[in-house]
Amino acid sequence: MVSKEEKIGWNVSDMARNVAIDIPDGSYVNLGIGMPELVAGHVPEGREVIYHTENGLLGMGPTPEEGREDPELINAGKKYVTAIPGACYFHHADSFTMIRGNHIDICVLGAFQVAENGDLANWSTGAPGAIPAVGGAMDLVAGDIKIFVISRHTTKTGEPKIVNNCTYPLTGRQVVDTVYTDLAVIDVKKDGLYVRELAPGVTFEYVQERTEPQLKQYS
Amino acid sequence: MIGGFGEAGSPIELIHALIDQGAKDLTVISNNTGSGHVGLAALIAHRRVKKMICSFPRTANSKVFPELYQNGEIELELVPQGTLAERIRSGGAGIPAFYTPTAVGTPLAEGKETREFDGQSYVMERTIRSDFALVKCRAADRYGNLVYSKTARNFAPIMCMAAETAIVQTKQIVELGELDPEAVVTPGIFVSKVVEVSDPAEESKLVAEDRRYPW
Repeated sequence: MVSKEEKIGWNVSDMARNVAIDIPDGSYVNLGIGMPELVAGHVPEGREVIYHTENGLLGMGPTPEEGREDPELINAGKKYVTAIPGACYFHHADSFTMIRGNHIDICVLGAFQVAENGDLANWSTGAPGAIPAVGGAMDLVAGDIKIFVISRHTTKTGEPKIVNNCTYPLTGRQVVDTVYTDLAVIDVKKDGLYVRELAPGVTFEYVQERTEPQLKQYS
Repeated sequence: MIGGFGEAGSPIELIHALIDQGAKDLTVISNNTGSGHVGLAALIAHRRVKKMICSFPRTANSKVFPELYQNGEIELELVPQGTLAERIRSGGAGIPAFYTPTAVGTPLAEGKETREFDGQSYVMERTIRSDFALVKCRAADRYGNLVYSKTARNFAPIMCMAAETAIVQTKQIVELGELDPEAVVTPGIFVSKVVEVSDPAEESKLVAEDRRYPW
């Protein structure tokens, strides 16, 4: 176990940029609440990405200017947003048809844990007394939508978040495609976890020490 | 069924009228459990709700439901948001149950029938119909045709379809013919009652002022 967390690796903004680079031009993308929301600010120039928010808007724009907030125009995190020219509104069954019918291309989510086989736990720590709340997390991961996870590599106390088996309640089985952490970009393949990119100054061994399952390198 | 996603689309005036009316032992289907001590949170605070069926029972300003739930004083059926929407939609369409991959292999599929189709596992979900739906819209006509406002639409159209009696509060009642037939979102056949509330309360303002219903 690693006792002290040194200040190396990517910052949150770098992590968001790493995700954004992997989003192809013309994609329909759903961004989860929190860190995933930063991805929208890092899409490379010249790429057109359309954002879906599951409460009923395709073509979500940035946060409104102060004084222009509309309580009837919010995102899934219940924050004020705007609608871009060409946006459309729809009811929840249509919105989740876009998700459950695999019309959305990519979903970016946070995670408590990701397992070696791509299992994801991100809705509940299972703590006794906690109020369970799931929202759209299980719907987003159930279909063939590409699932990108953006997350710190370890918990605040230094425990690995990439584990052999999730100990928290699952959101979905074998659903994660790629994990973007502060230390590495890791692809989830049928035969294991492949490190695609390392943060500057970070070695493969350094990442492995902070990861429960055995990592692989592309040859 | 009560429309709304957070405060967007929450029919606060209709919920307050329901508090005044006095019905109790209610089962409420709604995405959240309300904020502060107004609207749905006030209905719950007055012990009118026996059971909540929802996807996300806690939000930044929800205090009432968490307390009652932790004391075992209210039941909760937690449903993934898309499954909740589809249970309501298909209820309105006369379908008794459906299969979905959502929640397979998770605690929310425990005890439910599963079945393989083309090599993939699906869980069976029963649909929902209700006695009443309370929803909010932007404009309505005498036939019950409705149009909404932005993301305040959320669950309202499918709840109108799945309820025996859909009651709608609208900012404006317009003459027949004023709504463009091409732009009507909820066809009037799904709606029973329309009431004009021209200046509806904003939930977040009421919560910020710590207002409690009844005033």
